Amino acid sequence: MSIQATTQGSDDAVRNFESAYVAYQRNKRTFNIIFLVVFALCFVLSVVSTEFDIVTLIGGFPRTRDFLFRLIPPITYDEFALDVLDWYWNIGVWMENLLNTLLMAFLATLLGTLVGGGLSFFAARNLVKHYATYWITRRILEIARTVPDVVWALIFVITFGVGPMAGVLAILIHTIGAQGKLFAEVNENISQHPIEGVRATGGNWVQEIRYAVLPQVMPNFVSYTFWRIELNVRSATIVGFVGAGGIGHDLFIAIQLLEFPDVGAILLIVVSTIMLIDIASEKLRHYLVGKEALKR
Amino acid sequence: MSLKLNQITEQDISLERSRFPRVFSKSPGELAVSYLLWGGFSLLTIYCLYRFNFFSYDFVFGLGTLGNIIATQMFPPTGFAQLPLFGKAIAETLAMAFLGTVFGAIVGLPLSFFASRNMMPVRPVQFGFRRFADLLRGFDYLIWALIFVRAIGLGPMAGIMAIAIVETGTFIKLYSETIENLDTKQVEGIRAAGGSRLQVIRFGVMPQVLPVILSNTLYMFEHNTRSASILGIVGAGGIGFLLSDRLRAYEWQEANLIIILIVITVYAIDYLSKFIRERFIFGDRDRVSGPVVDSDDV
Repeated sequence: MSIQATTQGSDDAVRNFESAYVAYQRNKRTFNIIFLVVFALCFVLSVVSTEFDIVTLIGGFPRTRDFLFRLIPPITYDEFALDVLDWYWNIGVWMENLLNTLLMAFLATLLGTLVGGGLSFFAARNLVKHYATYWITRRILEIARTVPDVVWALIFVITFGVGPMAGVLAILIHTIGAQGKLFAEVNENISQHPIEGVRATGGNWVQEIRYAVLPQVMPNFVSYTFWRIELNVRSATIVGFVGAGGIGHDLFIAIQLLEFPDVGAILLIVVSTIMLIDIASEKLRHYLVGKEALKR
Repeated sequence: MSLKLNQITEQDISLERSRFPRVFSKSPGELAVSYLLWGGFSLLTIYCLYRFNFFSYDFVFGLGTLGNIIATQMFPPTGFAQLPLFGKAIAETLAMAFLGTVFGAIVGLPLSFFASRNMMPVRPVQFGFRRFADLLRGFDYLIWALIFVRAIGLGPMAGIMAIAIVETGTFIKLYSETIENLDTKQVEGIRAAGGSRLQVIRFGVMPQVLPVILSNTLYMFEHNTRSASILGIVGAGGIGFLLSDRLRAYEWQEANLIIILIVITVYAIDYLSKFIRERFIFGDRDRVSGPVVDSDDV
């Protein structure tokens, strides 16, 4: 070693550091090895369990490519307008179902946020007196949220019949669970002082919520709701696969009938709608958050 | 001014109200906007309810059917004899989520460098990679699954591919945002010491972003477990196939058991993933920069 310690004390410090560093390296190496082994084990088990076969996968590539290429019909420069019109021959029906999809998302988001928001006050530990109320509300919200919306849609299609009503209800249930849980967490993170203030002036529980809790949590609620609209538009496009209305139903049928240009046309509508909604919602959210920040 | 609460009369209040009207209520303009907004929302809601037939006998009848099924046909869950079959399907679901996430991460990581502003100086290329990622993410798992079921046949492979494609898009976006948020001092240090481009990435970038990347990847695995559980509905493998099969055959009790199994699995994975993320990956949370996906619900 080129740097010699001059006193006994600092020599100890260097030696301590070196041994600690060696121990740290050893720990890290052990951890990495364990991580790699566990990862490899999971990987092998997954490959075995799904019978993953690279040959079949590569064999499927040409068909995937064909599928993707056939989504757009030949469009010539000379008859551009005509070709595009021909491609979008069913635009009337698709647009109506797109509107249905958007309205389904809107309705489910609005009602789900109202109901979920209401329940969230019962699912916040700091706002309810009885542990039982909190526990039961939490479990209800968790079940509503954990069961995927497509599964709810499957159930509701059977009980309410094929159509957008089943889709609205499916997304609604999921939204209640998701909003309720997120909002409850917001509620639990608020300052208790305004609540004590309202209580001190003789306010009842409803007044506490209205005048002490709501003003604190509203900005977060609004921001989560915009985010939820984006997610619900996505959900609304796919619940149609199991018969719950919207443009997803058209898409599903087109894929089943192998009407490739139709599939392409609908996919283009869906993806551009989703992107537009995402952008609009993000702009609006930033605008509102900005306004909120200025007020403070 | 000495003010005692019990001495304030209605008169005082109305006096203050006339002096500071804005403290007591919103301005007429604000009021008009909020009434218009609420009125519009209410009208639109009523129209939607009407459009989707909620004001009809169908809805009431459906509620009755649903109530009847929940009360008499769903409980207790049965089909415990088929637990090995269900267990195998659950394992397949988890395996699909795992492989899909891993493949998505393997493809997404190198591409994310091309999509981050501080690593890819050519703006159009960077922008192009970002939009490409958006396109992959734009279609839901189920749509990709339908396409791959047509292309490579029924089974878990289609599900894995669907997850891998969507995850490639998600990871390009998440990873590149992480890379854009990193501390440039380390990178400059490596560059100043004469490091090559690859060495800059290996010693300047990776140590900073790896914890965030691992955490986000694990989180997406957790998220994909939920997605994988429904891919079977369109024939792309996993527990979803059994569930939709039992539901369509009106085997409510068995369907109930499957739903319970799905919920338990999702909980277990949530718990495990949170445990690993908090215990092992973020041992020193303060040093982490960049966005951390850390919400339970996507």
